[in-house]
Amino acid sequence: MSQRAAVLLGLRSLAREWRSGDLAVLFLALFVAVAALTGVGFLADRIDRAMQLQASEVLGADLRLYSPEVIGTRYDAEAEKQGLRHARVTWTISVVLKGDATQLTNVQVVSTGYPLRGKARVADRAFGEPQPATGIPAAGEIWPDSRLLSALGAQVGDVLTVGAASLRVTRVLISRPDQGSGFVDLVPSLLMNEADLAATQLIQPGSRATYAALFAGGRSDTQAFATWLKGHKTAAERLRDIADASPQVGRATERAARFLSMASLAGVLLCAVAIAMTARRYVQRHLDLAALLKTLGATRGSVLLLCLTQLVCIALVATVSGSAAGFLAQMGLLAVLGDLITTELPPPGWMPLLLGLAAALLLLIGFALPSMLRLARVPAMRVLRRDIGPPPLGAILAFGPAALTVALLVAEVTGDVRTALGFVAGLTLTTLALTLVALALVAVVSRLRGRLGVAWRYGAANLARRRAESVVQIVALGLGLSALLLLTILRGNLIDDWRAQLPRNAPNYFFVNIPPQDRDAFRGMIEADGGKLSRMLPMIRGRLVTINGAPADKRRFNNQRGEGFAGREQNLTWATEIGPDNRITEGHWFTAAEAGQPLISVAKDMQTSMGLKLGDKLGFDVAGESVEATISSFREVHWDSMQPNFFLMFAPGLLDGAAGTWMGSAQYRPTDPASIAALVRRFPSVSIFDMDDLLSQLRSILDKAVLAVQGVFVFTLLAGVVVLLAAVQVTRDERRYESAMLRTLGASRRTVIAGVLLEFLLIGSLAGIMAAAAASVGGYIVSTRLLDLPFRPEPLMWLGGALGSAALVCVAGYLATRSALLQPPMATLRQG
Amino acid sequence: MERKIVLKAQDLTRKVSSPEGELTIVDAVSLEILSGESVALVGASGAGKSTLLAMLAGLDLPTSGQVWLDGRELSALGEDARARVRADRVGFVFQAFHLVQSLTALENVMLPLELTGRTDARDGARTILKRVGLDERGGHYPRQLSGGEQQRVALARASVTRPAVLFADEPTGNLDTATGDSICQLLFDLNREFHTTLVLVTHDARLAARCGRTLTMSAGRLI
Repeated sequence: MSQRAAVLLGLRSLAREWRSGDLAVLFLALFVAVAALTGVGFLADRIDRAMQLQASEVLGADLRLYSPEVIGTRYDAEAEKQGLRHARVTWTISVVLKGDATQLTNVQVVSTGYPLRGKARVADRAFGEPQPATGIPAAGEIWPDSRLLSALGAQVGDVLTVGAASLRVTRVLISRPDQGSGFVDLVPSLLMNEADLAATQLIQPGSRATYAALFAGGRSDTQAFATWLKGHKTAAERLRDIADASPQVGRATERAARFLSMASLAGVLLCAVAIAMTARRYVQRHLDLAALLKTLGATRGSVLLLCLTQLVCIALVATVSGSAAGFLAQMGLLAVLGDLITTELPPPGWMPLLLGLAAALLLLIGFALPSMLRLARVPAMRVLRRDIGPPPLGAILAFGPAALTVALLVAEVTGDVRTALGFVAGLTLTTLALTLVALALVAVVSRLRGRLGVAWRYGAANLARRRAESVVQIVALGLGLSALLLLTILRGNLIDDWRAQLPRNAPNYFFVNIPPQDRDAFRGMIEADGGKLSRMLPMIRGRLVTINGAPADKRRFNNQRGEGFAGREQNLTWATEIGPDNRITEGHWFTAAEAGQPLISVAKDMQTSMGLKLGDKLGFDVAGESVEATISSFREVHWDSMQPNFFLMFAPGLLDGAAGTWMGSAQYRPTDPASIAALVRRFPSVSIFDMDDLLSQLRSILDKAVLAVQGVFVFTLLAGVVVLLAAVQVTRDERRYESAMLRTLGASRRTVIAGVLLEFLLIGSLAGIMAAAAASVGGYIVSTRLLDLPFRPEPLMWLGGALGSAALVCVAGYLATRSALLQPPMATLRQG
Repeated sequence: MERKIVLKAQDLTRKVSSPEGELTIVDAVSLEILSGESVALVGASGAGKSTLLAMLAGLDLPTSGQVWLDGRELSALGEDARARVRADRVGFVFQAFHLVQSLTALENVMLPLELTGRTDARDGARTILKRVGLDERGGHYPRQLSGGEQQRVALARASVTRPAVLFADEPTGNLDTATGDSICQLLFDLNREFHTTLVLVTHDARLAARCGRTLTMSAGRLI
């Protein structure tokens, strides 16, 4: 038989077998699995990209290059070549005047196109209702912020003097997407067109100004450009991307991406389970045909080629139609969730389609090929003796392709060898444990069946007689459920952590430069207006001059950051109590007895980059005075807690007399917009930072991450249920036949149903318990090692896993045998 | 015309292992069958008839001894080579018909021709289906045919390649007497028309009586 003849015969008999409905089940399982995989892929891809886009708003771009020198247009040509948009920002501190009134101002000079991501928001009057701005101020115009107008007593329409230029106020700047949460803007700010920069004469040789080039574009273009830029930028230039811009956003997107990849992996696993089960069914149903073909003269290769031709055809059709269904399903899901998504999602990409296609074919090869090999090895003698089956495959041939396929897919989806290896190891251990427990269950049930009633004995006997199938079903169900339960645990931990990070009552105002004598009055005014100051700390500037008596600037540090700590002035504070967002990692917090002693607590970031240890002595120059303190503790600081925090904290009592200012944060909703203006007028030296915009920006991103996780989880859950139902139905024909046979022998419907349900109850609950165990261990490892989350055990999951899976499997079992119970037994027996 | 030896077995032995130890199913059987001959293999259940038939057809390999089919030593060939010999030289009819349930009657008959890569499979299958009286039922699936009709399709499938040897394992075992008789008649008619050698295993004494020679087996041996 020629190869061509085998392929042609495979194609011809494919059409015939399709007509007879034999291949429909295999097609359906593949179709559902591919739809689930690509559906999750499409959804995850779109939400992930939407999150990335919104996260970019924090930078006002996808990439931001900072420089102390003029950057000019030297990188623009390359950015354009790579398809990126670009803009420039220059900022400097200068005095702005209106008549006699003056105010130190952060002058933000921007070029056309700014911001590349997000929008600036402006109003018609100070503290007015913000509207998204279109473009930037025209030449000759400026947009000062409310604080600047308030300090100068100016309003829209007035002309302000900026350097040597007079510029008209046409709007009030309420917020910029890139205003950030750092303390760069200690002073009010204004937005100005780049075209006016020369006329202001603000930038002179020796002027202190910072320059930034902004770039934005497609993700791969941006990545490629970032790589190029790293190789071409000067040493003084710093490149920042989304992950650097905001730790919250960076962590949220990274964890969401990891969770979504875990969800995709669960899809892959479900797909594999479905394919393995249905391929097994295909092989069982085609053993006789393969033996017959061999009897009629077909070689092993021809039988294999014939079956593979059919399988590849089914796979291709199922993949294409499954991908289309997956695409439509995620569109449907997004339509349902429409109201919850505030920004428009980018259009779906082609990547999930290609990944789904490749994954489906790869899974088919890994999980169906070994079964196909068995088919090719069935002896022709089976036509005379049906009890003769194909010889078993060796362990490498039976499981090797599957393991390799899973490893390849996991590596592709996670993009990380450590995760991939962990996943494969976990999967292998879970499979082994499930197999052992399943074998034990079958053995125990076999021994017990003599002591049970008819229905129970029938169910137990089924389990024991179909030993191999029972074990395969428990393992398959257990693996599928493990994946779903693991996602349940991770989803809970992830969402809890995000919500804890940005509680609804997080401080929304920062106050810096509060004079010590005004501290109580300031607090009183905020609290009188319903605000709540959460923590107030003193702040004093000081320079680190010696470490253990040696000059700090001569010391070799672990990295550039360490040199930075030694080279610049530091903000210093002192406190009696450690904040809840600080955790001691080494040493101890100051005791009451240590008040006034020369002790200091250092943040872990500083310890790492400067190579410090407990007992080291740090010498500071504080306003001309030398202060030396011994390191008594190191602290891990949650910098994203929206509370004032410091790298260096002295023991209380040591610096109390030093001149300094206070800073604090508050949860504050002014009853009247004018309250802030009044606050500014009464305490002109205090810098006020309205964090609401930043907070709502962060909340929106985190909400999106939660939505992605919820949406994808629901999708995977539904896909899992459908695939598991398909898996349970694999032994449907045999069960139908047995049920009909029992009814012929006089068993009541009730007895038959009870027996079938009992069998499924045992399989389902055992798979559920094992899955809960596997998911708990997996959840602990993934949470703590991969997602860096605290692990929260879910005791109810054990019960839920067992009961849920038992119920699910029972429903599937009932559906599988229902047709046999509804039609006369003779009809079922005739069909064979 | 001198008839050549088409099937030859020399000390053919088949042993299998069982929980009770090694069992000898076929014990040192030697025989020769000439072309065009019709031979019945008879004996009690478990005598080793089907196992001997399987070895003669190259479906199974002997533990020891040799078997030649149309001059080629089957016992020295690999599985695929034996499959090719079967495709060219052998036809089969089974007690359980073994029709492919997903294929129509015509498609079942086309199958052996398609396996040899013949492009005229459909015409060849139609001709033989007409010969067995089922040309009107070519589009029917096996489950839509009676037992007798299914066995006629099986006979047509076994004869469509004009094999040198046609092996039949209890060809009337699943049929009533009248249907069995008509199948039996068709079997011998085709045997005569196509000059095929017929080797059949049967419990049916009347069927055995119609064969030119009867070989009786007992406990794995020819007696």
